[in-house]
Amino acid sequence: MSHLLELRNVSKVYSRGLISKQSTTALQDFSLTLREDEPSILTVAGESGSGKTTLAMLLLGFIAPTTGQIIYRGKDISTLRGSEKLAFRREVQAVFQDPFAVFNPFYTVDHLLSVPIKKFKLAKSRAEARDKMDEALTAVGLRPEDIIGRFPHQLSGGQRQRINVARALLLKPRLLIADEPVSMVDASLRASILETLRNLQRDHGVSIIYITHDLTTAYHIAKSIIVLYRGAVMETGEVEAVIKHPQHPYTRLLIDSIPWPNLDQRWGEQKIITRESSGAGNGCPFFSRCAQANEQCKNPAPLFSIAPHQAAACFLHSNKPELEAAQISETLPT
Amino acid sequence: MNVEQVQNTHPELVSAETPVLQVQNLEVTYYTDAGRAKALDDLSFSLKAGEKLGIVGESGSGKSTLALAMMQMIKSPGRIEGGQVYVDGTELMALNAEDMRRSRLQKIAYIPQGAMNSLNPVMRIGAQMVDAVISHVENESKAETKERCMLALESVDLARGTFKMFPHELSGGMKQRVCIAIGILLQPQVIIADEPTSALDVVTQRQVMETIDRVRKKINAAVILIGHDMGLMAQFVDKVAVMYAGRLVEVSTVRQMFTDPQQPYSKALINCLPNLDNKGVFQGIPGLAPSLLRLPGGCAFHPRCELARDICKTSRPEPQSDKSGRSVICHLFDKEAQNEPSS
Repeated sequence: MSHLLELRNVSKVYSRGLISKQSTTALQDFSLTLREDEPSILTVAGESGSGKTTLAMLLLGFIAPTTGQIIYRGKDISTLRGSEKLAFRREVQAVFQDPFAVFNPFYTVDHLLSVPIKKFKLAKSRAEARDKMDEALTAVGLRPEDIIGRFPHQLSGGQRQRINVARALLLKPRLLIADEPVSMVDASLRASILETLRNLQRDHGVSIIYITHDLTTAYHIAKSIIVLYRGAVMETGEVEAVIKHPQHPYTRLLIDSIPWPNLDQRWGEQKIITRESSGAGNGCPFFSRCAQANEQCKNPAPLFSIAPHQAAACFLHSNKPELEAAQISETLPT
Repeated sequence: MNVEQVQNTHPELVSAETPVLQVQNLEVTYYTDAGRAKALDDLSFSLKAGEKLGIVGESGSGKSTLALAMMQMIKSPGRIEGGQVYVDGTELMALNAEDMRRSRLQKIAYIPQGAMNSLNPVMRIGAQMVDAVISHVENESKAETKERCMLALESVDLARGTFKMFPHELSGGMKQRVCIAIGILLQPQVIIADEPTSALDVVTQRQVMETIDRVRKKINAAVILIGHDMGLMAQFVDKVAVMYAGRLVEVSTVRQMFTDPQQPYSKALINCLPNLDNKGVFQGIPGLAPSLLRLPGGCAFHPRCELARDICKTSRPEPQSDKSGRSVICHLFDKEAQNEPSS
């Protein structure tokens, strides 16, 4: 199998309420294929509530999809048992948003690195474990002698986040899910963490799914992008094309709202229409906020192929050829 | 508290031209077990009514301490060692505890970091707003108070129905706007917003910032925006102050800051921002922010500064101002200022 990971028509619906069921569709009919032979960085972007974190949780196997299948190297992850499950746990790693919450303040930071070594039996002796820790810390640009033996409160947010990346690296993963890894770190430290991630992909052959709401960092680190809104794919394609020439009104709104550090590039005039709390029915999820919406938008919009490496789910482009949901991966360059 | 001058009002300060907020020589020290940390070091600036000032710096540079010191909310082991804060002619440092309590929200309002998590989850939004009014305004009828809260909610683009809702019924951006509404209930002259959008996505961030701006115009308040995102500063403020190790190393207009930054640290802050022209280039600031307990000698930035010279290691630079009102703390800046007239 040349597919590292395959999502087949995955949906996730959260329902609440005992008598009158209310349900929220966090992810709708999502298909994606990541190739094994070419590690790449894929960005999944969208505002809060767009289903980004649900996607991360599904990929990590923390929650099960309501419908559809997630297939990792030829096997459905819900059927993995025993040693296969362990291998999956080792090969798919995560870096989470909050570098402050993942550390136990009672332990030194070595704990975070030594537990996986023990758990996955990566080292035969203490000295070997120490060598592995040193190697991983050096790879993310930290000096092991500054880090080992320290408590989390003695380190800065950027250092802690890099330790998280080091922990993931230690396990030699094939896939890294980075859920907003830089949103809580100072702007001056963001660059070094992003660079660490990119080196991981380039030098260690790790595929990365970079989940973010920040399109500027996405532009710099990733090659391809999927823009989600309320669980549905709005636009996909090559990051360069999508960010410089967005085709979907929602992507335009996102890009319009980036605070550029440039005095001549002001926040756009496009008025933000507050979103309604109720669902949009069956139609385009962006319908209630879209200035260009018309009657047609009450029906679900398929993806229209705009260029070989760009597609948007919007009827504004209905003169272009339609794409099946399963063809998303074809628009993503590797 | 060490207050040397006890002057409650300065009538001569109150006029159209004079600043509504004046901070002079503010100093705060934290007395920790590991030693004394000077979090604010002889800090001065002023702000006119309706003006927007951005304060940027890395975590630990003293941005939040500055906000807390202006509100006189520094807690032990921290102490305000000296300085004055004038709001509309009133010296806040000279007020007693009760008068200061009344001034908060009425003269100077503070929207803390992560304010949306500060709402009480078991109280309705309205009750929390009414609470704030009752503790500051006497002799206002219930109906008047309620109307005041409703107007505040409307001015931040929230429906009147929000008054009766609980915090969990609102999204993050809406909660943040409720906090802004509480901040402007009594129409303060100065609003301090400490990273008001750090947990929000870009669209909501723009919405919240536009709300703050609209409210500012309506009540002609001076706004201080604290944050670490230079991009947001470029979009929102008139003046930028860069803070490093407890000092304002550069204060200039937003245009000067982005076209011609003077202090090497402000330059580095601007250069580490991503833009669309240099794809794949990551430029961080080398090194780490210094610990306030062990500040390097001379200029605190010299170990990380590319342009550091011998003088930077030994002598501490003092603030230098030029004609445009720009103030810079850097040895290189005063060199230029000295050279210019002779050449």
